[in-house]
Amino acid sequence: MTDRLSTAFSKPALVCFVTAGDGDTAANLDALVEGGADVIELGMPFTDPMADGPAIQKANLRALDAGITTAQIFAIAAAFRERHPEVPLILMGYANPMIRRGPEWFAQECATAGVDGVICVDIPPEEDAALGPALRERGVAPIRLATPTTDAARLPQVLAGSDGFVYYVSVAGITGLQQAATASIEEAVAKLKAATDLPVAVGFGVRTPEQASAIAKVADGVVVGSALVELVEQHGEEAPSALKELTSALANAVHTAR
Amino acid sequence: MFSRLDRLRLLCQSGPMDAPNSYRTQPDESGHFGDFGGRYVAETLMPLILDLEREYRAAQADPAFQAQFDDLLEHYVGRPSPLYFAERLTEAVGGAQVWFKRDELNHTGAHKINNCIGQILLAIRMGKTRIIAETGAGQHGVATATVCARFGLPCVIYMGATDVARQQPNVFRMRLLGAEVVPVTSGAATLKDAMNEGLRDWVANVHDTFYIIGTAAGPHPYPELVRDFQSVIGKEARAQMLDRTGRLPDLLVAAIGGGSNALGLFHPFLDDADVKMLGVEAAGHGLDGDEHAASLMGGAPGVLHGNKTYLLQDEDGQITEGHSISAGLDYPGIGPEHAWLKESGRVDYTAVTDDEALEGFQLLCRTEGIIPALEPSHAIAAVAKVAKEMPDDAIILANLCGRGDKDIFTVADALGVEI
Repeated sequence: MTDRLSTAFSKPALVCFVTAGDGDTAANLDALVEGGADVIELGMPFTDPMADGPAIQKANLRALDAGITTAQIFAIAAAFRERHPEVPLILMGYANPMIRRGPEWFAQECATAGVDGVICVDIPPEEDAALGPALRERGVAPIRLATPTTDAARLPQVLAGSDGFVYYVSVAGITGLQQAATASIEEAVAKLKAATDLPVAVGFGVRTPEQASAIAKVADGVVVGSALVELVEQHGEEAPSALKELTSALANAVHTAR
Repeated sequence: MFSRLDRLRLLCQSGPMDAPNSYRTQPDESGHFGDFGGRYVAETLMPLILDLEREYRAAQADPAFQAQFDDLLEHYVGRPSPLYFAERLTEAVGGAQVWFKRDELNHTGAHKINNCIGQILLAIRMGKTRIIAETGAGQHGVATATVCARFGLPCVIYMGATDVARQQPNVFRMRLLGAEVVPVTSGAATLKDAMNEGLRDWVANVHDTFYIIGTAAGPHPYPELVRDFQSVIGKEARAQMLDRTGRLPDLLVAAIGGGSNALGLFHPFLDDADVKMLGVEAAGHGLDGDEHAASLMGGAPGVLHGNKTYLLQDEDGQITEGHSISAGLDYPGIGPEHAWLKESGRVDYTAVTDDEALEGFQLLCRTEGIIPALEPSHAIAAVAKVAKEMPDDAIILANLCGRGDKDIFTVADALGVEI
């Protein structure tokens, strides 16, 4: 795990997601940091985001229509790293854009740009060889997803290859739609914590400071995505101030939860 | 995990010099066909995919499952389908004898039903109570709606809004059969977007829902089990050809979108070294431009919809839209076993344009009194090209995988005829 990630999770952390190339991405990322986000998750657009709900699907298409390229995403990441040397930056997306030029190329670009970790939705442990070894070799954390369907027999395999943190997907479903009951989240996080020393962040369907606060009481991190992406949709180039406002409320809720 | 080469080396070391070099043992235990295939799915689906594989292995070992499958194929689907010598087409084209496997005579008019019967029996075995599927032209949607009606299970079909508009008769058929047809407006609103939406539904309803995938693609074990269910085509054809002519064909030809009808025909012949095979992709307006659906001839390896295979994509790995006059071939990927068969050299692949397919369509109508679907019209066009290069005593066996009733409006439009 990079020092940046371990430092960020030394207290309950707010993880904020926006899609690269959707609006003024640099300004959006700065707004998240100014609002108090502890970890930044930058979405890599894909034409076929099959794990995402309508909000992030539309963001992917907006970004692709605006002409975002993989090279530009790494330029955004590298510039972010220059402006914010201490804030962890994670890339999240789908396998095909990540492995198109080979896993070694992608992992090296991540390392060079100062990316701390990568979440790939459609590379489960069974296909780890497609990207995992290349990331680990260069000190970039492969961050695995655990879900309500991940059973006890399977969990060790999921955790064994994960680094940085474990992302608990709180609902069996797609991003942005419904939130799981707090009790079920608490139980799931407790099981994960018993099986790993890695921090556990919880996401999918978290929209409000109230929800974030409830989760931060039981988990190491709270991930918010669709609610922020919807602000970018509504406000376009004017999104940064709205993003900063929601992020501050969420950060305050997360940081004062315990 | 052994690579294929390692396995061959082991075989050579431990067995006689002429140890069988089998092309029929794929995929390996992890669901890979060489470098292709695999299980590239979200973690939420992984446990279900593993369950499905366990249940499929149990079904394969269960004579009652096979007996029920065979019984439904015989009495509900109408199998075996005939093997037919196309005498006037052979004369018209000149050269090799052309034979057809008549899978267009199946119930619902295409090969798709073979797979749907197999998968719904698996769904019932697994205790699933709701069926979902994606469809492009609507043939797989109709076949899925059909088996759902037959077994009394609720059925949701995802179909791109663009395809809903251009395939109204099939949309109505599905609704008559009791299915809910959901138009998908995301992305380009065609087959790949319908598949994305199917996966989104599945991930949210894993507890009770079975996803009947329509072609030999998707995460393992789908490519394997779809191929196995469709292999009834090749098994029958092989026995019928031996019975009728006393020998095996020289060349097999089949159209390829995702590739299930081609694999169904090819797979039982893969270890017959003297039988050559030709898969025919859709070249649309031509392979020179972007408007085609030839993933093998004009694509590159990548990951989409749960498997690694050849895809139409740009240099950043964004998926590009396929185009074909045949909605059933209009998909930017291909089953992973075809990717492997191409790289291993066992099967040759070519592509046929929209215009050539239209000529093949009309040729079969006029010479044989059979209106083919636009998908096998691509195979017919390829047959017309290669037959004349072959001697008179050679035999070509092509898969007539669907009938053309659904396509007459598209064909009329392409020919400038108003009906």
